[in-house]
Parts: sequence; C-alpha cells; structure tokens
Amino acid sequence: MVEFSLPKNSTIGKGRTFPAAPGAKNVKPFRIYRWNPDDGANPVVDTYELDLDAIGPMVLDALIHIKNNVDTTLTFRRSCREGICGSCAMNIDGENTLACLKPIRDVKDAVSIYPLPHMPVVKDLVPDLNGAYAQLRSIEPWLKADTAPPPDSERRQSIEEREKLDGMWECILCFCCTTSCPSYWWNGDRYLGPATLLAAYRWIADSRDEHTGDRLDALEDPLKLYACRTIMNCTQTCPKGLNPAKAIARIKELQLERKV
Amino acid sequence: MNASHTPRIDVMRSQLGRARGLGSAKTGVDHWWLERMSAVALVPLSGWFVLQVLRLAGAEQQDVVEWGGKPANASMLLALMILTFYHMQLGLQVIIDDYVHGKAHLPASLLLKGAALLIGLFAVIAVLKLALAPSTKAGA
Repeated sequence: MVEFSLPKNSTIGKGRTFPAAPGAKNVKPFRIYRWNPDDGANPVVDTYELDLDAIGPMVLDALIHIKNNVDTTLTFRRSCREGICGSCAMNIDGENTLACLKPIRDVKDAVSIYPLPHMPVVKDLVPDLNGAYAQLRSIEPWLKADTAPPPDSERRQSIEEREKLDGMWECILCFCCTTSCPSYWWNGDRYLGPATLLAAYRWIADSRDEHTGDRLDALEDPLKLYACRTIMNCTQTCPKGLNPAKAIARIKELQLERKV
Repeated sequence: MNASHTPRIDVMRSQLGRARGLGSAKTGVDHWWLERMSAVALVPLSGWFVLQVLRLAGAEQQDVVEWGGKPANASMLLALMILTFYHMQLGLQVIIDDYVHGKAHLPASLLLKGAALLIGLFAVIAVLKLALAPSTKAGA
C-alpha cells in the first residue's frame, strides 16, 4: 500500500546549527538534510548560517563553501558546476533541480536542501539511483538497426528527421523529473518514470532506428508506461526545460496509431 | 559501527533483472483510450440528462413514465448508465493500480469490477422498467 507517513527510521530530527562568522552582514540560513548510514541514528536537518558576501551565487557554491570551510562531513555529488553532468540534482526549496543552476537569491528566507525524493539515501544528499539507471538500461537506449551502415560514411538523417530529436537529446539524466513523479513514488518498481520514457521516445523518434515496433511493444504495459497520470511534475521541475510529459504522450499516441 | 547495523540483504537479483521484471503485459493502450473516449461521450450525455431532469422537475409521475417510454429517451438513458459505470470502473481501477499493491491488488480489482457490474445492471434494469412500463396516461 501507499505510505502516507515516513517510516520510523526516516523521521527527521532537529540537528546542529553552525552560526555565521561574527561580523557577517548578509547572512542566510541553509537547512540541509543529514543522514549517516554508519551511526544508526535517524536523519536530522542541520542549519548552516552563511555569509552570502563570501560565497558564489549558486546553491552549489554554498554547499562547496560548507564542505571546504564549515563542515567537511557534508556529503553530496557534484562535478561540472554548469548544468551538464546532472550530478548535483537535489530537492532545493521544495523543488527538484540542479544545485549548480539554482541561484541562492531565488529562495526567500532559509534554503532547505534535501536529497531527491523517495529514493534510498546513500548518505546526506546522495540518493541511490541504481534502480533508475537499470530502468534506463532496460529500454536499451542505443541505436538498433539491421541495415548495415554505408561502408564509407555514417548513417544519415534529413534535417527534418534530426529535428525530431530536439528536446530529447538535451536530457542529462539527472532524474529530477522521475523523482518528482508521484506515480514513480507509488510504483517505482514497475513504472519506468519520465526520464527513462523520454529516453525511450528519443529512440522511437530516431529515423535511423529500425526497432520502433519492438520498442513500443516493450513499453505497452499498464504500469511501465500507463502509470503516467499526466501529473506534469516532470515537465515543471526539469532544470533543462525539457518536456518528458509530451514524450510520454507521443508514445501513447503511437501505440494507439498502430492499432487502427 | 556494531553488528546490528550490518544491513540484511534479502534481494540479490541484479537491478537490471528487477527493472525488466516480468516484461511488458502488451496491454494498457485500450484501457487508456477507452477511459478518455467514455469521458468525452459522457459530456453530452450528462448535459442532456441534466437538462431533462430540470425540465421534468415537479412533473407528475405519468409524465415521467411517458418521457422514459420514448425509445429515444430510453436509448440515451441506457447509454448514459452503461458508459457512466464503465467509465467509473476504468477510473477506479487506475486508483487501485496506484495505491493498492501486492496480494490485495487482485481482490480489490475483482471487487471493483463486480460492484460496477451490479450497480450498472441495477441502473440498466431501472431504465428498462421505466421504458417498458405500460403508459398510465388516460386514453393511451
């Protein structure tokens, strides 16, 4: 059954407070989810008061500042710091986004930071995405064609065919959308989630791919695909401005189209 | 770290094996499409029904019997009843799929189908009874 309250070992307690340096003028509190698998204790929310004049403009700058200067135990993923690697996906101010693309000034009052929702937590802000990665692999996100490519060149696409992939190739697989989706929260073991379905449609829409029908077959399932209830959280939260809900709708349309 | 914190691993199947699961059921598009089509069909049917009820408000029973006895009205009423309870069953099934997991899923689905069928039959019989009732109007 669906769970409406947190399990006992996930209820969040009050954590420590790290005050800003004396004399700091532009202070903003950051309330950050902390959980350590090694101490057997429940998660807590620690408060870090930071001087905004001393750090960069993005939430990721604040996290890196904390790690370097305040509390080295804070654990999070980050890499490119420019919205292309998808590592720093987390829930900031109640919305899934990339810490490196989220300006601190967009958040009024305290900045609350939690890991991506409804995934197992590895530590602090690091979620376990192995299940979501395996779901992505299950839709075989690579070109499948039986016709051999021309011996002296790549497989060619017209400009119009290539344009059909716009809005999909840009996905960086941060899984902000998938972890924002209530259908994925309730049925994440079977529903593939918006990120994986966007990737699936990216290959369905690819003119060079010759297994379109097999791909549609593999998705035609009450939960794998049709657990999408068009809630649209995916499209609203995507930090890259993509529209997974539209890709899911297109898959449904194609499954209908081939029946008549 | 003491021994009690060592996590007990009771699923060793690979993540890919779990993600592929039992494969695709090769169904789902019909349920999705019929839910939407029945919703669209119910818009004019329900509008018609509301207008008719407003028109008949306060009417004598024999006027209502005569109204329900007309084949056109009876057909519209039957279509409304069948589609309403069909649509209800499709919609509630979605809620069961979302919120009822594991062993409770099948009995919940069967209970829903049985209840929708019985209530729908009840409504259909009621419409038929009205449609086939002898007119009580004097001289009919």
